[in-house]
Amino acid sequence: MKSYLMGAISGIAVVAATAAIAEPQAEVLHYWTSGGEAKSVAVLQEEFAANGGTWTDMPVAGGGGDAAMTALRARVLSGNAPTAVQLKGPAIQEWYEEGVLADISAVAEANGWADVLPDSIAGHMKCEGTWCAAPVNVHRVDWIWANAEVLKSNGIAMPTSWDEFNAAATKLQAAGIIPLAHGGQAWQDATVFEAVALGILGPDGFRKAFVDLDEATLTSDAMVAVFDQMRTMRGFVDPNFSGRDWNLATAMVMNGEAAFQIMGDWAKGEFMAAGKVPGKDFLCASTPGDGFLYNVDSFAMFDVDGDDKKAGQALLAKLVVGKNFQKVFNLNKGSIPARTDVPLDEFDSCALLSASDMAASSDNGSLLPSYAHGMALRGAQAGAITDVVTAHFNSDMSSADAVKQLAQAVANSM
Amino acid sequence: MADTSFVPAASQSRKGKLALRWLLYILLGLFALFYLMPLFVMITTSLKSLDEIRTGDLIALPREVTFDAWRTAWSGACTGIQCEGVRPFFWNSILIAIPAVAISTLLGAMNGYVVAQWRFRGANIIFSLMLFGCFIPFQVVLLPMARILGMMGIAGTIPGLIFVHVIYGLGFTTLFFRNYYVSIPAELTKAAKVDGAGFFRIFWSIFLPLSLPIIVVTVIWQFTQIWNDFLFGVSFSQAGTQPVTVALNNIVNSTTGVKEYNVDMAAAIIAALPTLFVYVVAGKYFVRGLTAGSVKG
Amino acid sequence: MTKWLEENTPKLVLAPSFVAILVFVYGFIAWTAWVSLTRSRLLPKYEIKGFIQYERLFDSPRWDTAFSNLFVFGFLFIAIAMILGLVLAILLDQNIRTEGAIRTIYLYPMALSMIVTGTAWKWILNPGLGLEALVRGWGFPDFTFDWLVNPDMAIYTIVIAAIWQSSGFVMALFLAGLRSVDQEIIKAAQVDGIPTWRVYTAIIIPSMAPIFLSAFIVLSHLAIKSFDLVIALTGGGPGYATDLPATYMYAMAFSRGDIGQAASSAMIMMMVVFAIVVPYLYSELRSKNG
Repeated sequence: MKSYLMGAISGIAVVAATAAIAEPQAEVLHYWTSGGEAKSVAVLQEEFAANGGTWTDMPVAGGGGDAAMTALRARVLSGNAPTAVQLKGPAIQEWYEEGVLADISAVAEANGWADVLPDSIAGHMKCEGTWCAAPVNVHRVDWIWANAEVLKSNGIAMPTSWDEFNAAATKLQAAGIIPLAHGGQAWQDATVFEAVALGILGPDGFRKAFVDLDEATLTSDAMVAVFDQMRTMRGFVDPNFSGRDWNLATAMVMNGEAAFQIMGDWAKGEFMAAGKVPGKDFLCASTPGDGFLYNVDSFAMFDVDGDDKKAGQALLAKLVVGKNFQKVFNLNKGSIPARTDVPLDEFDSCALLSASDMAASSDNGSLLPSYAHGMALRGAQAGAITDVVTAHFNSDMSSADAVKQLAQAVANSM
Repeated sequence: MADTSFVPAASQSRKGKLALRWLLYILLGLFALFYLMPLFVMITTSLKSLDEIRTGDLIALPREVTFDAWRTAWSGACTGIQCEGVRPFFWNSILIAIPAVAISTLLGAMNGYVVAQWRFRGANIIFSLMLFGCFIPFQVVLLPMARILGMMGIAGTIPGLIFVHVIYGLGFTTLFFRNYYVSIPAELTKAAKVDGAGFFRIFWSIFLPLSLPIIVVTVIWQFTQIWNDFLFGVSFSQAGTQPVTVALNNIVNSTTGVKEYNVDMAAAIIAALPTLFVYVVAGKYFVRGLTAGSVKG
Repeated sequence: MTKWLEENTPKLVLAPSFVAILVFVYGFIAWTAWVSLTRSRLLPKYEIKGFIQYERLFDSPRWDTAFSNLFVFGFLFIAIAMILGLVLAILLDQNIRTEGAIRTIYLYPMALSMIVTGTAWKWILNPGLGLEALVRGWGFPDFTFDWLVNPDMAIYTIVIAAIWQSSGFVMALFLAGLRSVDQEIIKAAQVDGIPTWRVYTAIIIPSMAPIFLSAFIVLSHLAIKSFDLVIALTGGGPGYATDLPATYMYAMAFSRGDIGQAASSAMIMMMVVFAIVVPYLYSELRSKNG
């Protein structure tokens, strides 16, 4: 009885104490809802709570964030913006231009973000010189995953050029194995497309085409060659690929039904979850060609009223870029930390490769934003390109027509 | 199919009649299979373990029935960092659906009564304008509605969602009641007026008691629409007010990680139980209510 | 004063609903029309820039697909659901002993949202997992049912699922209609020795004209609003082969940040709705005014 009383009293004391100062509050809109992702977010929530904050979860899954963006727009228009939102790429700047993002420069400067983030990634987090978002991770998009056993038994090495890939795929097909596990959803088509484009156009060509939207590059012969390769790849996927989720495609590689998959490193999480060992059960390599395509998840803070919410934003921004969260989160999610000073000794070989490639690419200027994952272009342009890519891949459109449509679609989307 | 003569003419033999009867039942049975197929797949899958789903085939009965998936879906599946299944969201849906159905049905009844029995100049134009409102694609209204909800101070709240559902339910509820009341002779109202009964009195003691069939139809229709709504639910809710369809979508649409199909299916069935219940229990009254006049054009 | 109140009570009762519809339907249509003339991107802007969004819309091959899909889908869906609904209603109207159960089975899909049934349909239609694999497993290795993954046929899978969902409702409407036909006339016809099929085609079905109209309106309302169905079943794919105007508009407004473009597509959709509904309203109100 006495202990109950004590508990009640101390409970009241805690309530009284926290009411006096602004308790950090955050309502976080995100689309990380499944197993590994949800666990990763839970890490952040625990840290947030350990620092005295109250986290209100607002998950909206589906369509790679489409549903979340619908909710976000409605919330902003109703003057009831969430405290923090999972947002990435040029969309951050687009929202900033609408005048609804909060400035988190104070947190960024106090914690020396500029010194620990690669320049090109820091660039995505800034809006007209001020910090407006906090990066969580770096996903590499241009990965090719393979079943080690299948490659070995067919005497095939990881391809280092698209010709090698085609030769290997033809051989696998003859052996009755699906060469490329693929899911026919527009974004997956675009993921393969940009890996092919990076390989064939090279980093400079890729930048001109998908960052600068240079018309000459978009209509060049090299771009025709990119679509030709896509047509070849279409022959390497199984007939049931339409609408398949990417993780089911990964499962096909895992169980030896298929040999390769081209997918970002979230696919690694699937392998790991199934207890597979990189280098032994499955292989990872960058897709043929130079360069590094990144997809950086980040949180943007929206303009909100109330000291408790503002305190919540500052705390959240600080924790997100903190060393501990960057390590734990990325171990769960298959990506690598955005900050470069996190010790990587607990990470696997694929992540180490990703980190060293990122450093090298950052130095020679081939560290490039992924167009397929909304890092390179604004929604309208990226969407227009994806429309053409997916229409070409899922029909018998000629490469020349595709290139023509590509240029038109880009012009029309402006 | 209409040329198959099920009620045989006198010349037809008894045997032919029996054969036709059999054909009729077989046809009805085949259609029943078509309609039941997805539900069958959902139920059997929800009772299987993940291993069995991976190895077995789609329509096989579960080798070993397990209710784990149901338990997880109800109270353990993760929707974000919260792993409480669909239970808390289920409650939200109830809080939204019941008042919204009640209010929109009541308003529809009053409106239908006015339009059908108290015709004034312009009543028909008002009615047709309201009817046209049934057809507005909901995607169109999301953004301006968000603005207005914000101005009213009910953005992200359950009253806000109730408000939205009532507004966009008005067209159909008014249509149902108007078509029902229009078949009630105007003399009834006239006689009551002569007796000194007022507008509300007539509605309350004459029309409402006659309205049970159409109330059933309207309630079923509205409840189904509101319970199954996803678009408004996802746009006009915030943490703590999300309806069950949004939670279901969060469970089913994982972007990474293993897909637990059995949990997905169990969650889907749980989310659908209230509407299924309503259709099964009230289905009889539904056809009866439609017969009673709502469809007389 | 009381007299005025008494006379105007009906108007006062109707007024709140009418005002609400005026604002939340017509106000919003006007708002959309306005925005369709602007270059709104992420959030609505109100500076008029002319018909550029409509030019972009008509230049877009994806919109062409979506718009023609609406007619292919709409026509097949409405026609088949109506015929099937009528046939089922007639079959069920033959003194079936288990009518209640069968009716419930036919009707229940209407109770479920496509978000719920989408996954099951996706499996059934998937050639590798569903019907095709099943029938092949039964010993018919040449059986092919790959519509879901065939860009030219995928739209028909949407039609199948849509019919599955709504035909039971249409059946209920027709069944109600059959039940309200005057039984005396039918008996008289039978006494005269008129064959049953003639009774249906010449007497019963023509007398249900208003029900055809109601069914048509409910179905076209569903066809135009079909959205969940496509999202759950194909996500608009393969490619964008199964895009419909509603999904096109949603993609533009919410995943592309191209609200002006979405508004212009919404306006075209509204015009289609207008073309369908206004004749209905006209006939409806003419017949009821008499």
